[in-house]
Amino acid sequence: MNIPIIEAIQLGKHVTSGERELMILHALDMRVESGETLAIVGASGSGKSTLLGLLAGLDTPTAGQVKINGTSLDSLDEDGRAELRGREIGFVFQSFQLLPAFTALENVLLPLELAGLENAVELAHTALRRVGLQERLGHTPGRLSGGEQQRVAIARAFAPGSRLLLADEPTGNLDPATGERIIDLLFELNRERTTTLVMVTHDMALAGRCDRVLRLEDGRLH
Amino acid sequence: MRQGVAPRRRAPALRLFSFAWRLCRRHWRAGELSILALALVVSVAAVSAVGFFTDRVQQALARQSNLLLGADLVMTSDYPLSAEFSQEASRRGLLTSHTIHFPSMVTHAAESHLAEIKAVQKGYPLRGRLLISAKADIPATETVEIPQPGTVWVEPRLLEQLEIQTGDKITLGQRTLLVNAVLRAESDRAGDIFSFAPRLMMNSEDVSSTGLIQFGSRIKYRLLVAGNASEVAAYRHWATPRLKSGVKLEDVSDARPEIRNALAKARQFLGLAAMSSVVLAAVAMALAGLRFVRRNLDACAVMRCLGASQSFILRAHLLQLSMVGLLGGLVGCVTGYLAQIVLSRMVGGLLLEGLPQPSLLPALQGLLGGLAVLLGVTWPLLARLRDVQALRVLRSDLPVPRLANWLSFSPALAVVSVLILWTAKDARLGWIALAGLTVFLALAVLFAWLSVRWIRSLGRAQAGSLRFGTSNLARHPLSSISTIAGFSLGLMALLLVTLVRGDLLRSWQATLPPDAPNRFVINIQKDQLPELKSFFLREGLPPPTIKPMVRGRLVAVNDRPLDVSRFDERARRLVDREFNLSWAQDMEADNRITAGHWWKPEDAGLPMLSLEQGIAETLGLKLGDWLTYDIAGTQVRLRVVNLRKVEWDSMRANFFGISNSGMLEKFSASYITSFYIPPHRETMLNRLVKTFPNLTVIDVSAIMMQVRSIMDRMAGAVQFVFGFCLAAGILVLYASLAVTSDERALEYTLLRVLGARRRQILLAMLTEFFLVALLSALVAACGASVIAWFVSHHVLNLPYLFDAGLLAWSIGIAGVVIPLAAWVGLRKALNLPPSQLLKST
Repeated sequence: MNIPIIEAIQLGKHVTSGERELMILHALDMRVESGETLAIVGASGSGKSTLLGLLAGLDTPTAGQVKINGTSLDSLDEDGRAELRGREIGFVFQSFQLLPAFTALENVLLPLELAGLENAVELAHTALRRVGLQERLGHTPGRLSGGEQQRVAIARAFAPGSRLLLADEPTGNLDPATGERIIDLLFELNRERTTTLVMVTHDMALAGRCDRVLRLEDGRLH
Repeated sequence: MRQGVAPRRRAPALRLFSFAWRLCRRHWRAGELSILALALVVSVAAVSAVGFFTDRVQQALARQSNLLLGADLVMTSDYPLSAEFSQEASRRGLLTSHTIHFPSMVTHAAESHLAEIKAVQKGYPLRGRLLISAKADIPATETVEIPQPGTVWVEPRLLEQLEIQTGDKITLGQRTLLVNAVLRAESDRAGDIFSFAPRLMMNSEDVSSTGLIQFGSRIKYRLLVAGNASEVAAYRHWATPRLKSGVKLEDVSDARPEIRNALAKARQFLGLAAMSSVVLAAVAMALAGLRFVRRNLDACAVMRCLGASQSFILRAHLLQLSMVGLLGGLVGCVTGYLAQIVLSRMVGGLLLEGLPQPSLLPALQGLLGGLAVLLGVTWPLLARLRDVQALRVLRSDLPVPRLANWLSFSPALAVVSVLILWTAKDARLGWIALAGLTVFLALAVLFAWLSVRWIRSLGRAQAGSLRFGTSNLARHPLSSISTIAGFSLGLMALLLVTLVRGDLLRSWQATLPPDAPNRFVINIQKDQLPELKSFFLREGLPPPTIKPMVRGRLVAVNDRPLDVSRFDERARRLVDREFNLSWAQDMEADNRITAGHWWKPEDAGLPMLSLEQGIAETLGLKLGDWLTYDIAGTQVRLRVVNLRKVEWDSMRANFFGISNSGMLEKFSASYITSFYIPPHRETMLNRLVKTFPNLTVIDVSAIMMQVRSIMDRMAGAVQFVFGFCLAAGILVLYASLAVTSDERALEYTLLRVLGARRRQILLAMLTEFFLVALLSALVAACGASVIAWFVSHHVLNLPYLFDAGLLAWSIGIAGVVIPLAAWVGLRKALNLPPSQLLKST
């Protein structure tokens, strides 16, 4: 039996607000196989982003565990989880999360340089050319449109050759036409690289393009 | 996406260094590091420039002062000095020259007058210059020559007394010598102003042929030594234990007190200015560091998300700041070096002419000091970058990590404290400044907290924009308190340096005002006093104050014979000779009582003595001591009833010991006076000498010119270093504004989205910053006044002038400049369409 790229076992998350305990995720179980595309849908506040944060090891669960490629995130410390993310996971965010002082090229270079790749510049050029931004390498995010910024973010996510891509509302900040083009690009690259894609969205049409859709309601997956 | 491109990994250390370097370059290009780097440049430039200044200027000033000695070191003896002294000096690579001094009658035809003979060798003077002229009434020119054998140079006074001109011959002992130049100025005459007779300078080769050097002659032999300062000091160290009784060594520290004082005060002020620059730059660095960290929190969250470990982030940023520190430090060193070149030009080429280049030590000290401050103040802030949660990429509402506690700043405070003590170059000044700053900062924070509370209590009393502006201060109490405290500290340091600088410059100007006496007249006899007063009145000049003078030797203290063995060299020298004593009913205006009381009219006839404080300290005398003087064979007992501080710099006749009236009048006294003669009235002196042939007029205008020139140049140095403080102060202002500019821009944008007009926002912003400026300037003005008083009074020994005008101006200027600067910084955000700003944030 293949090792799933993501495995969540009895995953739970609650926060304490004053004297009240707020349950965000209830004992979730999920498996994502390598190469699969999965959408997690749900209303605002349903815990989608919290789940994504736990799957990426950005946050720690209050119950259960997450395994990435068979490695339990529990067994890793903060730095270990960061290293695993650098090695295995690419991200695309709703708010792009580009560094404002860096150019498009430098933003794509960031994960490659963090990984200490000698040929980082070459890899970043290739990635930006692939997303059609070869003419905008030296532009800072402030001088790029929303669609262009998201393309830089996609180039950054794919450039290090991550096997898993986590996307948080990737079209949330874009107009429908631009959003459409961005999603086309995302799926195209996903197919080319046979990457596993886990996308959090509230857009059912977008979710429909994935192999599988999970609905998150009241902290439970349906 | 790695189609056709295989990854190759770097070694971890190289990866860290390479990443930090790229990060540094990118942040630099984006302007994220500019305030930090500028603060560092200013700090290092100030420390290294002051290091260079105090090193070079001190050497220069010491050398300038040495001009008054004609050398760096002078050995004086009543008998020919052993050859070992000049041989040792030459062996150490020092320049030497011998001079012989003695009084002798000089004759021409029937006229015969006493002259101070100085026989010199080639190379004299080793420091300073000689001015000569062909005639007495034409401009003088500088010369490096000395009189040729068979010739002499004489002062104009001797020409007048002998009624001769250049080209005439005079007789000196058994020789007839040709007068072939008029000696107009000798720089080392300054140390010798009370050699009453006019000068005759001759070649030492001619001395023996005059037959004047005989057993019992009153001859002084001098060995002049000059060269590298450390070598001269080593030579002095070598020579001191080898000196026989009657041989004395003099260097600049024995030269005129006004120069010594001015030098010490200038050094202390330069230290204070450098120290203030360091404090200001440290504040600017902390503020810039805070801004840098705030702006990089999200970037670090992204980096953590993309695989950077916490330690990697910390080390990369630390390395990045070290790179900025190193580069900024190097630029600071170069700026400091260039600044001292500019200074040398500004204060006149003569000052630093021919000096050795400064050592690299001040640069190294500046660099290390700057780096230590940078890393010290930013280290606690960097920990926040390390601790940022990666989850911020998904949830920007997560709180940013706070500082663990204020203790985390203790290494920074320790670094700044060490640097303050080090740059002050004066332990007392350093500790006072450190204590002053600490107390001030605590009070500034307290004042800011109370102000914010008070503003909050005003509630909704004001209208519209004004209310928004004031309540904005109350809404962010921590930010408001730190802004007010930061501004206060910056303004206080600037005001402190301005106030002390004013005191220093005023004190230097007061030392030698334009009408300071430039002539001394001695040998005045009692019966000439009324006639002399009439002479001045006839000449249309105010009659000068004439003081009596008797000479007495101190022979016993508290009826015990004076034991000179317990005295040091200087004290022994003082008691070896006769003291000039005077008497007076009232105290001179430039004297100040430091202990005891001045006598009352009814005390006349009581054996009371007023003693100069310095000599009392040197000889270990105190209030109540009975001193016995031998005056012309009669012993007089006087009781010390007060100690006086005397402004020796004032060029007025002053005395170590003054008795009250009724005690010394019975002794034969001569009288002394000093007065100012404008250059165009100098012919009056000829008439004075003709009317009173026995009087000796001593011209001290050349000395005064030298002293003034030294003080002027030091004033230039003081002004220049003040410029660094100003630059650092402006940086603090800029950094304080920049640290919250992003938040403010967003806040103002949101207000505009909600319908506020630009004018309303502008008014609110100006109100807020006007309040901040007013509160900061108020606390700064109070703090600066107290600390300046303390520094002036207790460290520099200057009279402190409370300058209410300056303080009022500073509050006014701060009230205009700070809101204006805030407007300049934020006007771009105010003018952009809100959509653009919201998009960029």
